Amino acid sequence: MASKTATKDIITLRGSAAIVSEFFGYAANSILYNRGLYPEESFVRVKKYGLPMLLTQDEGVKTFISNLTAQLSEWLEAGKLQRVVLVIMSKSNNEVLERWNFRIETDGEVVEQGVSREKSDKEIMREIQAIMRQIASSITYLPCLDEPCVFDVLAYTDKDLAVPFTWMESDPKLIANPQMVKLHSFDTKIHKVDTLVSYKNDDDDDE
Amino acid sequence: MDAGSLSTSNANHSRCPLQEQHLQRKQSRENLDRFIPNRSAMDFDYAHYMVTEGRKGKENPSFSSPSREAYQKRLAETFNMNRTRILAFKNKPPAPVELIPKEFFSSVSHDKPVKARRHIPQTSEKTLDAPDLVDDYYLNLLDWGSSNVLAIALGNTVYLWNATDGSTSELVTVDDEVGPVTSVSWAPDGRHIAIGLNNSEVQLWDSTANRQLRTLKGGHRMRVGSLAWNNHILTTGGMDGKILNNDVRIRDHIVETYRGHDQEVCGLKWSLSGQQLASGGNDNVLHIWDRSMASSNSATQWLHRLEDHTSAVKALAWCPFQGNLLATGGGAGDRTIKFWNTHTGACLNSVDTGSQVCALLWNKNERELLSSHGFSQNQLTLWKYPSMVKMGELTGHTSRVLFMAQSPDGCTVASAAADETLRFWNVFGTPEVAKPAPKSSVTEPFAHLNRIR
Repeated sequence: MASKTATKDIITLRGSAAIVSEFFGYAANSILYNRGLYPEESFVRVKKYGLPMLLTQDEGVKTFISNLTAQLSEWLEAGKLQRVVLVIMSKSNNEVLERWNFRIETDGEVVEQGVSREKSDKEIMREIQAIMRQIASSITYLPCLDEPCVFDVLAYTDKDLAVPFTWMESDPKLIANPQMVKLHSFDTKIHKVDTLVSYKNDDDDDE
Repeated sequence: MDAGSLSTSNANHSRCPLQEQHLQRKQSRENLDRFIPNRSAMDFDYAHYMVTEGRKGKENPSFSSPSREAYQKRLAETFNMNRTRILAFKNKPPAPVELIPKEFFSSVSHDKPVKARRHIPQTSEKTLDAPDLVDDYYLNLLDWGSSNVLAIALGNTVYLWNATDGSTSELVTVDDEVGPVTSVSWAPDGRHIAIGLNNSEVQLWDSTANRQLRTLKGGHRMRVGSLAWNNHILTTGGMDGKILNNDVRIRDHIVETYRGHDQEVCGLKWSLSGQQLASGGNDNVLHIWDRSMASSNSATQWLHRLEDHTSAVKALAWCPFQGNLLATGGGAGDRTIKFWNTHTGACLNSVDTGSQVCALLWNKNERELLSSHGFSQNQLTLWKYPSMVKMGELTGHTSRVLFMAQSPDGCTVASAAADETLRFWNVFGTPEVAKPAPKSSVTEPFAHLNRIR
């Protein structure tokens, strides 16, 4: 198989960064839609990853996410990005209610030596599709967000990275004693992304 | 024991950015029963390590003194902070535009306390005797003027009840040949009042001077059961099905005629803008007439002819916060309250009340509608708009509640029923801001109203 499709299935660092940052864009949109942060009618349906995906039409949110993915892509290419966290907070008191955690492992060899890896687009898409399905189905077990919420995105980067002037350092916005559910992972062979959602434990009496 | 010590270490460590490792362990231990990922995504080696080796190191009694734990935690934190920097955009994403959510949340979480705070008295605040009140569904015998004086027609007599000081006076008693009085309506200035009579005439009175100004006659052939003012225009609806616009300033007072009803016109209301007139008849028809259309065309054509009601349409109420929204109520055979977009003529909603709808009033301060009913409860029902959830039922009347009128401040409602009582209800609350308005109009009735010469 390798010899036959080798030319097709080569994945470069740049390509991998593009796939991963695009994934964040769609994942963020999907979370915002499924968790009801913005009104349903501000989203439009598009086809992506073989699934109907929803994209916000709200100009402010759209700009925020496109700026975000552009910056993430840059950091991914440099191999400096360790983790991206989408935080959902109560609008009234800023209490953190949910954290969508995407941990990224970068293949150092690729970044340093510029080699490429082999993995078919199709396979990556299938892995991403599985995550997207899980995000959509997460509403079945996540607690209801019954108050207006806002979101923020945290990027965990290497320390040696210069902070772009549009960014600032932030606290990790952790949830004390959270419940956690791990979702699927996907791997471009260059970037491996683990997905995990943690949320406020509403019944504190267990354990 | 294991679980206990695990959770404490978890709690400690969840504050540090190292949490991921603990998270995974916790997840793989706890969430297998509730969420089953595919096997390839499970980290069995890691789990095995955490179950056997990992715990040995961490929870070996010799290692787990609190100070040591704290030290390790600090160490891990420092170590991690050297490696990681957490960044966030300075520009935050826009907060959700709360067009719908705010409405939704305010109605759910905000309005409830308001409702609770606003006590809706279930009984009337005051009851006055109204002997000889004509028990006729098609008449309009009660009106509350802007100078805070209530006018009620009892038989051949029109009485004025001053709501400010509670004094009563008799305005006029008409002769038996022309009476009884079939309708009363205050002009917007709160001083002049129109009185419709059984003999098809309409009298105009100055309530302050207690003097009749003129009689409008020759327009209708039968009794005048409905009246509506629009500045200097007095619109009259008759049993002959005719609706006339009378300019009370000029000698030939009939300026327009609206023909559309086959039977008695029993409901007549101008919209707040004065552009549209709603008329309801005993022929079950509701008409919307446009002022500008009528004056330009000699052939008077309705803007909308709405035949959805299955019984006489008497109760009409224009919404005070949405100019083109009209609520109408049907008679005993219909029992519905319907909501209309009067621009398009679309019926927006229809609610079966289970009883004849005699009168409708909007709350000027809240999105609420009050309806008065006949058999079997003879009640007043307060509805939340637009959900049409019943907020309260006010009982007390022992016969159908024919007429309702609202005080100028919008808070108090007077209802007159066939049981010959006039009752006052504090149903619309007591907002402070609304209070000064009627006072100023009492002292200077013509300060801002220049409607009658």
